[in-house]
Amino acid sequence: MILLSWVDLTLAGSLVVLLALINWFQGLGLGRKILLGAARAVIQLTLVGLVLKSIFAWNDPWAVGSVALVMLLFAGREVQARQTRPFEGLSGYWAGTSAMFVSSFGVGFFALTVVLGNHPWYQPQYAIPLLGMLLGNCMTGVALGLNQFSQGIHRDQAAIEAKLTLGWTGWAASGEHRRQALQMALTPILNAMASAGLVSIPGMMTGQILAGGPPMEAAKYQILILFMIAAGTGFGVLLAVSWAAYRLFDERHRLRLDRLRAVFVPKGKRI
Amino acid sequence: MPAPLLEVKALQVLNGPPNDLLLEAGALVGLEGPSGAGKSLFFKALADLIPHQGLVMLEGQSQAGFAAPLWRKRVGYLPAESAWWSDQVESHFQFPAFVPFEALGLSRDLLNGPVSRLSTGEKQRLALLRLLENKPQVLLLDEPTASLDRASRGLLEAFLLDYLAKSGGAAIFTSHDPEQLVRLASKRYQMENLALSEVP
Repeated sequence: MILLSWVDLTLAGSLVVLLALINWFQGLGLGRKILLGAARAVIQLTLVGLVLKSIFAWNDPWAVGSVALVMLLFAGREVQARQTRPFEGLSGYWAGTSAMFVSSFGVGFFALTVVLGNHPWYQPQYAIPLLGMLLGNCMTGVALGLNQFSQGIHRDQAAIEAKLTLGWTGWAASGEHRRQALQMALTPILNAMASAGLVSIPGMMTGQILAGGPPMEAAKYQILILFMIAAGTGFGVLLAVSWAAYRLFDERHRLRLDRLRAVFVPKGKRI
Repeated sequence: MPAPLLEVKALQVLNGPPNDLLLEAGALVGLEGPSGAGKSLFFKALADLIPHQGLVMLEGQSQAGFAAPLWRKRVGYLPAESAWWSDQVESHFQFPAFVPFEALGLSRDLLNGPVSRLSTGEKQRLALLRLLENKPQVLLLDEPTASLDRASRGLLEAFLLDYLAKSGGAAIFTSHDPEQLVRLASKRYQMENLALSEVP
């Protein structure tokens, strides 16, 4: 295994800085975001590397649980931050977080106990990276799905109300939008499964191979991960979008867009 | 004495005053008033599409006693502007074969075309036919003839009177045409700042 020095990383980072500079010169407005994202990744991953080192040494269920909880709460915050029209109040945050908890932790627990059969099942070397993969993908899915759903319903409000007027239930009237949200959220993992090995060697497998692991074992782990991610993301998105569909209509099957935060485009701003 | 078809008691929308209204079977009632007076809000409240206070009863049974989707099949609301959720006209109808397109001067061929090719007047009439598939007892029609030419308007009026006579239903309609209101309506109401009053 080739060990990476900080100089190596700086060299790689200069590419990102170059991208940000070009963005800035062309006035595309993403330069700041790119740099901020890169900086966050450096700080977060370095800290995680340090924390994981001691957690692996500890092997304590409470420590693993705390790390998992922190990861979950951050995932919830990210989902909320990516919504153009989030739900008013904290209900959207808790719904997204709960959906991710149920699906990621459920699927993760299943993988650790039934598939891998670890003793103890919370062995941090397996539990934390696995949960991280599941949560990360589930988070992207839930964020995309919820955003697509609430934006879609808002855009097609007249058509939804037409359906309600004709006696459709709220659940039926939002069916097409639930389907679109699920499709949007599952596209990344569906693409990943379709292109795995042909176009791209997925990140986890790449890591294992670069670290000197046997390719066949890396492939098997990657298949396991893809299955878990597909299931975890799918269940999480289903839960979150179903909840959103339930919340956007009241008990009299009225469309309640007042439960979403309104978007105001500042005067004079033309994008 | 049987209960009236539709009875509205102290219906309040937003911060408006309480409004009463009685609708007997077979009646065709006109609703006039300037834009923004609250005519559409009143219709939406009657169809239970927006939160409101007060009592609305259909044949003596209160709105809250119905499942909302069932209520809206009985009390059918036709918005001034129709909305469509599929590109194909046909997919908006449950049983296209039984819809009397010809009675409103429409060609059945419209079914096979895209919604984007429909004129405003065609959309308005198709939306009414779509609504009538539910056989509503009460019709709330928001400017049903606004974008129709004289001939189509005459057909729609005749068709509506025929529907009410055959079904024993009743309708409230809005219009910005005073002559049409006087000609068709058995009773007229005026809406001003969310307040309803009968026109003598």
